[in-house]
Amino acid sequence: MENAKVLCITVASGKGGTGKTTVATSLALSLASQENVLFLDCDVEAPYGHLFLKPQVEVEKKAVILIPHIDMEKCILCGKCVEVCQFHALAEIGKSIMVFPQLCHGCGSCAWHCSSKAIKEIHNPIGILEAGLTQEGIRFAHGVLTISEPLTTPIIRQLKKWQNAETVSVIIRDAPPGASCSVVETLRGADFALLITEPTPFGLHDLKQVIGILQDMKIPGGVIVNRDGIGDSQVDQFLLQNHIPIMMRIPYSTKIASAISSGNTLLDVSSSYGLEFQALFQRIKKCVMEKEAC
Amino acid sequence: MILIISSQGADINSLVDPRFGRSQFFIKVDTDTNHCEVITNSGVNQRGGAGIGAAQIAVDNKAEVVISGNFGPNASSALKAAGITMMTFGQETSTVQDAIDHYKQGKLNSFG
Repeated sequence: MENAKVLCITVASGKGGTGKTTVATSLALSLASQENVLFLDCDVEAPYGHLFLKPQVEVEKKAVILIPHIDMEKCILCGKCVEVCQFHALAEIGKSIMVFPQLCHGCGSCAWHCSSKAIKEIHNPIGILEAGLTQEGIRFAHGVLTISEPLTTPIIRQLKKWQNAETVSVIIRDAPPGASCSVVETLRGADFALLITEPTPFGLHDLKQVIGILQDMKIPGGVIVNRDGIGDSQVDQFLLQNHIPIMMRIPYSTKIASAISSGNTLLDVSSSYGLEFQALFQRIKKCVMEKEAC
Repeated sequence: MILIISSQGADINSLVDPRFGRSQFFIKVDTDTNHCEVITNSGVNQRGGAGIGAAQIAVDNKAEVVISGNFGPNASSALKAAGITMMTFGQETSTVQDAIDHYKQGKLNSFG
């Protein structure tokens, strides 16, 4: 799907509210005139990238997982499906098999093990995918998980595969906060991870967790310190000791906060951000091409 | 009548466990013979679906009544479908033996 020349950057953070979407949308807009940008908002539980990029949504698609449907006429109540389900999504109650869709991970083990072919896998919608173009020509797509649905990774996986990336030169994925499966799925396949943090103990604590994930996944990364000026110097010290570069600092400023809260990006705060993000992109590109840890 | 009570320990004098799906043990009691049996809950550390796993244990052990502090939505729908009566113990109940006594005296509230 992704061609050889495409560069995929995932913006992640650990701690929530550090500025992932601020950076991801500002970076996308800074590159829009020079690159073919595909922006994927993978924060499917709270996708807000569209508030800043303002795409015209043109297409949508259901995000689904496959769940078992039991044909009780064929079922011999052997209980094998209940036994193999690691998620307790099935229970043998009386003379029937109960299915609990919200616990099902869609692995298909039940159908695979059913000797009487009584299990058919059916689509269970868990959310929607939407895509469109922005005024600047950025291809935008996001996933929206239906409220009360617990599984984020299948919808992120489907979002990543959905858009044809043949004509794209840069993919920017905006990750969910945290350091769990959904973040790992958003990082998987990325060439570079841009980690956004704030210089506070909480920011550092969660940043360390995501850096651990990057090391396991062997993805190079660099850090942007947002709200620079607050907190303490522990983030700086930690990054210095671990040879992880700080690629940009965004100051703590009421002007920025007020721009973001009105649906604007850093480019609206100061035009110099456009050049800064372009320079940042060149640095990322060089780092990925030379296969060096930034 | 077969009762299953969620328990923090492996005997009848243990404290009742207020959680059903995440209970460490289940004590199975046949009220006709007073025979007791200890069932270890394999689902105690399960990431999800512990309530359904526990309901399956109750079904497989042919329980007619289950007693616990509370029942989650998945466990209760499975137990309801199986026709198993759910009962919750009050604050005065502390051990599994208390729960059995209260049940026999008709002092427990039914759930759902």
